[in-house]
Amino acid sequence: MFGKLSLAAIPYHDPIVMGAVLGSIFAGIGILALVTYLKKWPYLIKEWLISFDHKKIGIMYVILSLVMLLRGFSDAIMMRAQQAMALGASQGFLPPDHFNQIFSAHGTIMILFVAMPFLSGLMNLVIPQQIGARDVSFPFLNSLSFWLTAAGTVLIMVSLGVGEFSKAGWSGYTPLSELAYSPDTGVDYWIWSIQIAGLGTLLTGINFLTTILKMRAPGMTLMRMPLFTWTALLTNVLIIFAFPMLTVALALLTMDRYLGMHFFTNAMGGNTMMYINLFWTWGHPEVYIVILPAFGVFSEVVAVFSKKRIFGYHSLVYATAVIMFLSFAVWAHHFFTMGTSANVNIFFGISTMLIAIPTGVKVFNWLFTMYRGRVELTTPMYWTLGFLSTFVLGGLAGVLLSIPPADFVLHNSLFLIAHFHNMLVPGTLFGFFAGYIYWFPKATGFKLNETWGKRSFWLWLTGFYFAFVPLYVLGFMGMPRRMQHYDNPAWQPWLIAAAFGTFLILLGIGCMLMQLYVSIRDRAAGRDVTGDPWDGRTLEWATASPPAPYNFAVIPEVRDRDAFWDMKERGLAYARPGHYEPIEMPRDSWHGMGLGLIAFVFGFAMVWHIWWLAILGALGLIGVTIARANLDDVSYVIPAAEVERIENQRYAAMAQAGALGARSQRRRT
Amino acid sequence: MKIKPWSLFAVLTLLAASALLPGCEHLIVLDPKGPVGDSERSLILVSFGLMLIVVIPVIFMSLYFPLKYRASNQKARYEPTWSYSRNIEIAMWLIPIVIVAILSVLVWKETKRLDPYLPLDPAARQLPIEVVSLDWKWLFIYPEQNIAVVNEMVFPVKEPLSFSITSDTVMTSFFIPQLGSQIYAMAGMTTKLHLLADEPGTYVGQNQQLSGAGFSTMSFKAVAASPQEFAAWVDKVKRSPDTLDSARFAALREPSAGDPPAYFSSVEPGLFETIVKRFHHHPGAMESAAAATNAAADAQKAPKAAHSGHAD
Repeated sequence: MFGKLSLAAIPYHDPIVMGAVLGSIFAGIGILALVTYLKKWPYLIKEWLISFDHKKIGIMYVILSLVMLLRGFSDAIMMRAQQAMALGASQGFLPPDHFNQIFSAHGTIMILFVAMPFLSGLMNLVIPQQIGARDVSFPFLNSLSFWLTAAGTVLIMVSLGVGEFSKAGWSGYTPLSELAYSPDTGVDYWIWSIQIAGLGTLLTGINFLTTILKMRAPGMTLMRMPLFTWTALLTNVLIIFAFPMLTVALALLTMDRYLGMHFFTNAMGGNTMMYINLFWTWGHPEVYIVILPAFGVFSEVVAVFSKKRIFGYHSLVYATAVIMFLSFAVWAHHFFTMGTSANVNIFFGISTMLIAIPTGVKVFNWLFTMYRGRVELTTPMYWTLGFLSTFVLGGLAGVLLSIPPADFVLHNSLFLIAHFHNMLVPGTLFGFFAGYIYWFPKATGFKLNETWGKRSFWLWLTGFYFAFVPLYVLGFMGMPRRMQHYDNPAWQPWLIAAAFGTFLILLGIGCMLMQLYVSIRDRAAGRDVTGDPWDGRTLEWATASPPAPYNFAVIPEVRDRDAFWDMKERGLAYARPGHYEPIEMPRDSWHGMGLGLIAFVFGFAMVWHIWWLAILGALGLIGVTIARANLDDVSYVIPAAEVERIENQRYAAMAQAGALGARSQRRRT
Repeated sequence: MKIKPWSLFAVLTLLAASALLPGCEHLIVLDPKGPVGDSERSLILVSFGLMLIVVIPVIFMSLYFPLKYRASNQKARYEPTWSYSRNIEIAMWLIPIVIVAILSVLVWKETKRLDPYLPLDPAARQLPIEVVSLDWKWLFIYPEQNIAVVNEMVFPVKEPLSFSITSDTVMTSFFIPQLGSQIYAMAGMTTKLHLLADEPGTYVGQNQQLSGAGFSTMSFKAVAASPQEFAAWVDKVKRSPDTLDSARFAALREPSAGDPPAYFSSVEPGLFETIVKRFHHHPGAMESAAAATNAAADAQKAPKAAHSGHAD
C-alpha cells in the first residue's frame, strides 16, 4: 500500500534531525495558524498563490530562496562545527551517515534551491519592466515554473523528516549513487526534487528567452538592452541547452535504480565516466547560469551608483556571450584526474583559462565605470565592491586549478572548496544581495535600512574571509573535502578559524533579517512614491513602486541604452499621456499551483515506490494540463477608466510628496 | 570614538594572521619529496606569480577608484557620459590574453611532461605496484615480490614507481600529497601513475574522493625506505602466515573501516587482472566479454602503448 514507506522512516532516534524536523513543523504550523487567525487565506490564495502577476511570482521566488538559504546555511554551520571538533579521539557530533547527508543537502540546496529561485525571482521582478513589457510571454507557464520549483523544494525538505537525504554528494557521482552502494531512498529524494524543480527552471528559461526576444518595447534594439537583461538572455540560452542534459543524466540513473538497468553501474557494461561527463556538461554551464545574472546586477548597480554610463557596454555584452559559449567547452576540468590523455587535459585546461579573459574584461569594465564617476556608497554598492576585490582571488585560484598538473595535487581538496565558494559567494550571492537591496523598493515601495545592511555586509565579508582562506591553506596541507573525521592535528586550528567565519556569517544573516524587520517596521520613513529611489537609468524605474498590475499604462518608446535616464534628460519621464487605452492582462488561475501540488505528490510516491499514487499523480498532471489547454477564457481587460484612475492616484501621490516638480526640473538645470 | 564596522574586518584579520601563520610549515603540498610534486609546486608558484600581474592592480583599483571618486569628493573629475576609451578597451582585452597565452604554453608543455601515464625515466628500472581500492581500505600488490599489503605501502627511495590502479568498489582517488599527482581508481578499469620519492620518510597517502561512510578513514602510510630497509620489509611480509587468494580476497572485500596494516606472503597469480575483469562479465554474454577483455588486455601489453590505458 505504501511502498517502501513505513513508520521506521521517521528518524526518531536522531535528536539533531528530530529537532530540525519539529522546529520546521512548529514554524509551519505557526505560520498557518497566523494566517488563519488573521483570516488572510482568501487574500493569500487569490492575491499571491494563484497569481500570474510576474512581480508577485518574483517575490514568492525570492522568499522561497531566502528560506532555503537559512536551511542550506544551517547545514554549513553543522559541517564547520563537526570539522572543528572531529580530530583524533573525538568523533564530533555527526556520524558519517549524517555528515554525508548534510554536505550533499548543502550543495544541492544552495545551487538548485537558493541560487536558481533567486535568479528566477530577480528575472521575474525586473525583466518585463526593464524591457518595457506588461508581462512575460507565457504567464501560466511562469506560475507553473514557480510551483514546480516549490514542489521540488518541499520534497527536499520532507526528506529531512521522512527517510533520509542522499549521502552521495551534491553531484551524486555514480556508482556511489547507484542502488548497490546507496540502497536507501536518499538518492531518490535527490533525483526527484532536482527533476521536478529542474523542469520548472527549464520552463522559466524558455519563457524568459521568448519574453526578452519578443516583448521588448519599440526602439529597444538588442544593443540597447540593459545589461541585466542581456545577462538574463544569455543565461536562459544556457538553461535551455544545459538543463536537459541534467534531466537525461538523472533519468538514466533513475532507470538504473528503478528498472535494474546498467547505464552507470560498475558491472554489465555500465560506465561511471559517462555519468560524470553528462553531469558536468550541465554542471559547468550551471555555474555560469547562476553567476551571469549576478554580473548583470553588478553592471546595473555600478552604473547607477557611479552616476555615469556603464563603461564599455559592447565589451561587456561580447564578453558575456564569449563566456556563454566557452562554458560548454570546459566541463572535463572537473575530472582531469580521471586518466584522460594529456591532450584532452590540455584542451580543457586551456579552454578553461580562456574564460578568465572575458571575465577579466568585465571586471575592468566595472572598475572603469567608477573611474571619473560620483560613487555613492550605498549597500548595493558595498556588495559590488566586496565582490570586485574578493572575486579576483577566486579567479586566481580557478586559473591555478585549470592547469592540469596543478589540479593533480589540488583536486578534491579543501582548496577546491575554497575556490568555488570564492566564485559563488561573492559572484552569485553578493550579486543577488545587491539586487535584492537595489530592487526591493521597486517591489514593495520602500527602501531597506542602510545601517543594518552595512552591518550585515561587513559581517558577511569578514566571515567569508575567515571561512574560506583557511580552506585554501588546508588544501595545501593536503586535506581532502568531505572529511567527517581526521587525525592530523595541524588541520584543527584552521578548521576552528573557518568555523568562526561561519559564525560571523551567521551574525551577518541575522543582520539581514533584522534589516528586513526594521525596514518593514519603519516603512513610512523609507517610502518612495516616485518609483525611482536611486535616480535609475533603466525602464523599470519608470513604473510605480510597487508597479500597477500592467506595469506601463502606455508602452514607452526607447531611444537610448539608458532609456529612462534619456527620458529624464528630455523631461519626458513623467509626462501624462493624452488618453489611456484598455489593457488586456492574463487572468489568474489555480492550474499552476494545482500542477505543482500534484507534482509533489507524484515525486513523493516515486521516492517511496507507492506505485498506485504515482500513477494517479501522473494522470493528474496530464489531466490538469489538458484542462488548462482547453481553457479559452484566459485573460481579462482593465478598462481605460480604471487605468486612468490608478495612474492619477500615482501622480497625485507624487505631487503631494513634491516629487514631480523637483524631478522634472532638476534634469534641465 | 564610534567603532566603525570595517574595523572589525581589520582587527580580526590581523589577529587571525598572527595566530595561524606559524602553522604554515604543514603545507605539505608545497613541500614535495619527489620530482613530480616538485614540478607541480613550481608550476603553481610560477602561474600564481604571473596572475598577480593582473590581480594586484585590480584589487588596488577596486579600492582606490571608489575612494577617489566617492560622491563627497567634489574635486575629482566627473564625466557622466564618458563610457568608451579605445586604449583602455585594447589594454583590458590584451593584458589577460597575453597572460593566458603564456600560461597556455606552460600548460601545454607541463601537462605533456607530467602526464601520470608516462614513466619518469624510461631507461630506469621501475618497481611495479598494483593498487586496489576497497571499502574502505587500500590493497597493494607487489607482483615482482609476489606479496600484498593492506593500508601500508613501503618502497625504495629514488626508485621510479609504476602504479596500476583499479577499484573493486565505487570510484576513489589515489593520492600521496607529498609525492604529487593523484588519479582516480575505477572498477573495471586500470589507471596508471608514476611517482618517485627523493627523500626517505613516511608520507600520508589517502583517498581524495568521497566513497561512502568509511571515506574519511581511508588513508595509509607510504614509506620511502632505503633499499636495505625495503628488502627487510619484504622479508617481514614474506613471513606472514596469511596468503591472498580469491577466497581471502572475497573476505577482504567486505566493507570495513580503519583496518590496521595486514600482510600477505603470497598472492594468487593474476589476481589484479581478475579484479579488473570481474566487472566485465555478465550472464549470457560471458564468453564474448571475456574474449573482449582478453583482447583489451593484450592491447595494453603492447609495447607502443604508453597511452593505451587512457580514457580518451
